Amino acid sequence: MELVVSLAIGVLTGSGVWLLLRSRTFQVIIGLSLLSYAVNLFIFSTGGLRTGAAAILEKGQEGSLAQFADPLPQALVLTAIVIGFATTALLLVVLLAARGLTGTDHVDGRERDR
Amino acid sequence: MPDSLILLALIGLPFAASVAAGLLPTHARNAAAALAGGVAVACLILVWAAYPTISAGGVLRTEIAWLPALGLNLSLRIDGFAWLFAGLVTGIGALVVLYARYYMAEEDPVPRFFAFLLAFMGAMLGVVTSGNLILLAFFWELTSLFSFLLIGYWHHAATARDGARMALTITATGGLALFAGVLVLGHIVGSYDLDVVLAAGDQVRAHPLYLVALLLILLGALTKSAQFPFHFWLPHAMAAPTPVSAYLHSATLVKAGVFLMARLWPVLGGTDAWFLIVGSAGLLTMLLGAYIAIFQTDLKGLLAYSTISHLGLITLLLGLNSELALVAAIFHIMNHAAFKASLFMAAGIIDHETGTRDIRRLSGLNRSMPFTARLALVAAAAMAGVPLLNGFISKEMFFAEALTAESPLGLLNILPFAAMLGSAFSVAYSLRFIHGAFFGPEPRDLPRQPHEPANWMRLPVELLVLTCIMVGVLPAATVGPFLAHGVQSVLGHDAPYYSLAVWHGFNLPLLMSVIALGGGVLLYLLLQRHLRRGLDRPPLIGRLEGQRIFERTMVFLSWRLARRAEALAGTRRLQPMLRLIVGAAFLAGGTAAWLRGFGPGNLPASPVDPVLALVWIGGGACAIGAAIMAKYHRLAALILIGATGLALVVTFVWFSAPDLALTQLTVEVVTTVLLLLGLRWLPKRADTPDGVGLEVLSRTRRLRDLGLAVAAGSGLAALSYAVMTRVPPELLAQDFLQRGYTEGGGTNVVNVILVDFRAFDTLGEIFVVAAVALTAYALLRRFRPAPDSVEVPEQQAHADGATAGAVVTGRGEVRDGADWLLVPFTLTRLIFPVMLVTAVFLLLRGHDMPGGGFSAGMVVAIAIILQYMIGGTDWTEERLRLRPQLWVGMGLLIAACTALAALFFGRPFLTTYFAYAELPLIGRVPTASALIFDIGIFMLVVGATLLMLVALAHQSVRGHRAVPRPVEPTEAPVPLVTARTR
Repeated sequence: MELVVSLAIGVLTGSGVWLLLRSRTFQVIIGLSLLSYAVNLFIFSTGGLRTGAAAILEKGQEGSLAQFADPLPQALVLTAIVIGFATTALLLVVLLAARGLTGTDHVDGRERDR
Repeated sequence: MPDSLILLALIGLPFAASVAAGLLPTHARNAAAALAGGVAVACLILVWAAYPTISAGGVLRTEIAWLPALGLNLSLRIDGFAWLFAGLVTGIGALVVLYARYYMAEEDPVPRFFAFLLAFMGAMLGVVTSGNLILLAFFWELTSLFSFLLIGYWHHAATARDGARMALTITATGGLALFAGVLVLGHIVGSYDLDVVLAAGDQVRAHPLYLVALLLILLGALTKSAQFPFHFWLPHAMAAPTPVSAYLHSATLVKAGVFLMARLWPVLGGTDAWFLIVGSAGLLTMLLGAYIAIFQTDLKGLLAYSTISHLGLITLLLGLNSELALVAAIFHIMNHAAFKASLFMAAGIIDHETGTRDIRRLSGLNRSMPFTARLALVAAAAMAGVPLLNGFISKEMFFAEALTAESPLGLLNILPFAAMLGSAFSVAYSLRFIHGAFFGPEPRDLPRQPHEPANWMRLPVELLVLTCIMVGVLPAATVGPFLAHGVQSVLGHDAPYYSLAVWHGFNLPLLMSVIALGGGVLLYLLLQRHLRRGLDRPPLIGRLEGQRIFERTMVFLSWRLARRAEALAGTRRLQPMLRLIVGAAFLAGGTAAWLRGFGPGNLPASPVDPVLALVWIGGGACAIGAAIMAKYHRLAALILIGATGLALVVTFVWFSAPDLALTQLTVEVVTTVLLLLGLRWLPKRADTPDGVGLEVLSRTRRLRDLGLAVAAGSGLAALSYAVMTRVPPELLAQDFLQRGYTEGGGTNVVNVILVDFRAFDTLGEIFVVAAVALTAYALLRRFRPAPDSVEVPEQQAHADGATAGAVVTGRGEVRDGADWLLVPFTLTRLIFPVMLVTAVFLLLRGHDMPGGGFSAGMVVAIAIILQYMIGGTDWTEERLRLRPQLWVGMGLLIAACTALAALFFGRPFLTTYFAYAELPLIGRVPTASALIFDIGIFMLVVGATLLMLVALAHQSVRGHRAVPRPVEPTEAPVPLVTARTR
């Protein structure tokens, strides 16, 4: 399973980086989304891949890693998802404003001189 | 009065009054002056209140812990030497305030002036009373800062701005060096406490880092005291109002340098290096300053160079490594403050009453302002060192020291001659000051008719001149005890024998005085012809200007070097920067892996589940597809990354992370809607079929990017594989799991971490989200679309034509009211309350079961945005009054108040209180304060998400004017919709 997830991370990263280096703003946004998927999955996977581990404690129970999934990467990723959403939204609005001001959707605000 | 109260009031009063003065109305001249004068006099009284302790040989101390772990405490101390300086700063400060009240014009914003002056006074008092080296450096920089503000007070004048900037650059740079030097010194001694440092002189001088500390500290002191080669800032600081010059350049700012050198004299002095650096800087400065002063045509310029020269004299005395020379230096510091302050004030009176300070235009003011002329005459005589005035006595001591100084170098033979020469120069420029301004024929065509100033304006000068005479006639009876306490506290033991008397019999110093006086008069007579030519530049060394070097350096640093560096390493294009960042990240990760060894871990890989493998085959394909489609088929790319996101959600569920799956799913929906809304404003781009023949350059660029992408992807894949096959370290997870219920009161540990254990992070995060939402909203309020996006899109236009009976509503929507999307419309109305209940459910159970404020907030946002999408903006807003800003604000307020509430119960910030309460119908509900915190998060997420989505959605329905683009003379698109801006 580890192999599948790491390959998934690799594919997401590769596609994200490729798009990040493109010249159109929309490509960059999509690239960042893909890259954040990859990074979230990576952070999540550092806690180990546990199928069927309980996520919720019993009342009054002191949990241990033997029975439960690692909550720390999950908490980190949860924060990262929300922050990622906020930055994507901000980037979108900035790019739209830039497009309105410059008339182009090139990342530099002007078409490349040929 | 207790010591600590005196000390704290002495520092606190000026700063507090500075704030108060700054709050006065702009033209409240009298009120501001009264406040400043009152505070200065109060500080002077405080200084006097400290005298009983000082006269008994004691030291006033107080200490407040600030950063004790770093050895930095707010420790203040006044010993005899600091007391002398505190007296100078407050006494002359009070006189300057009185003078400034009459000097400053009514049009000037005088309260601001006094606010700066008081703050400067506070900073200066801080320097002299600091009992901690770092605190001293701190106040030192404050004096630089406030002197910058004071010098640049008339900021409409370019000279004031330039002078202020130069002073700040030089003195603050010196201050930085001083700070470094103080750190080194503290490192050597092992403490920053001044008492400890002063007692560790031998240890410091023997330490290998001694020279480093010495050089750095001297750099600070010499720049502040305007010593060669840093002297040039001082004349430019003369653009300040004259009261500022009188204050800064007599008793305070420039004296801070010599204060520091005298203060650290027992620690750093006594070595050859000290003698060479301090002595030679002082000697050069004394001669150079005095020489240039003779040829100045501006009264204040003359006084400025004379100040430089006298500071050089004091520095020279400090550099001689003799205790008697130290006595002379401290004595001269006081004498110079008295006569130089009065001379500056006299120059200011002349300027104020005649309108000019140019010696070439002034003459014969003796007739129109006889009283001022007499006062200036006495003060200038004191400066020249005429007997029976205070300057004479310290000069005699200087001559005596010049004759007896010992040093390993044979160069000292020149010292008596240099002393005489400097003194003669000093006589010459004093003569020029008096003769040029007050004697000679009646002045012609002055800007104003000269007359005596107001009595109150002259009073400070009178008092200062009286002091000069008193000290000059009866030195031992007037300043004797003060000087003795000062010297004793610097040396740490009893002072050597010295005699404060006017008459020491016929001896060599007296002969030198006579020669200097005569030589000075002779020099002035000989220079008459040269001076009449009215040149503004001294002969021989006119071209030697530190200022020009300074300006060249500044231009080089801030302009040429910066430009070159930018041309070399900068780019204005995003892609190369991103390429560099990705490349650097790859290299950093790769190097670390290569250095530390790399390979799969020893955990056996779990068996591959075909379902999840299949999910990711689809997910990966979608990601690659999105990468390919994102340029020409944006909608397709959007759908594809949505599918990838779903694969991610499935993965989270698969690996026991229900909370993540929930959040990812809801965020996915909102992100997709957001991007969909954005698509409308992007330009059309068609995939031209003949785009196959890519240019070679473009193709290599793509190949390179592909290489980078593949490298980054395989690198991260390898890294994550290596991580996953190792046992994760048990860092915090175990702890969180154990304490999640027993101490956090929730069974959903992820949620407990977010709202309790790491709630501070979450608090910061929601502030970020709020800031982002407001920024997006603000940007969209001023949004102007590109001209080619203004028209209603093709699809909508077609729909307009195709649907029979449809109307384009006033807001650009195509609706015919009856059966438009009827089924989904009904469904969304039905589903709306269900979604809200779901959200409340998620919110309330969040502490114990998957859910929580984030996902609940997202669900509400989705519910509302669904109504918008299907029902249309008009329909929704008629029925649903949304105030997203209010939600954002309330959410932040609730979260912050919950966090702060813990403080009221005497617990640390963000401490959670929890208990379970039985509610009717709902059952046992955790009423932890964490729940209230979560409600804050919930409201914020609802507000922020809606704020962004609705603002973006409204762009489509509001009227837009295209940005006029003069380059392309296209027809202005006719707005199809009537303008209605929200």
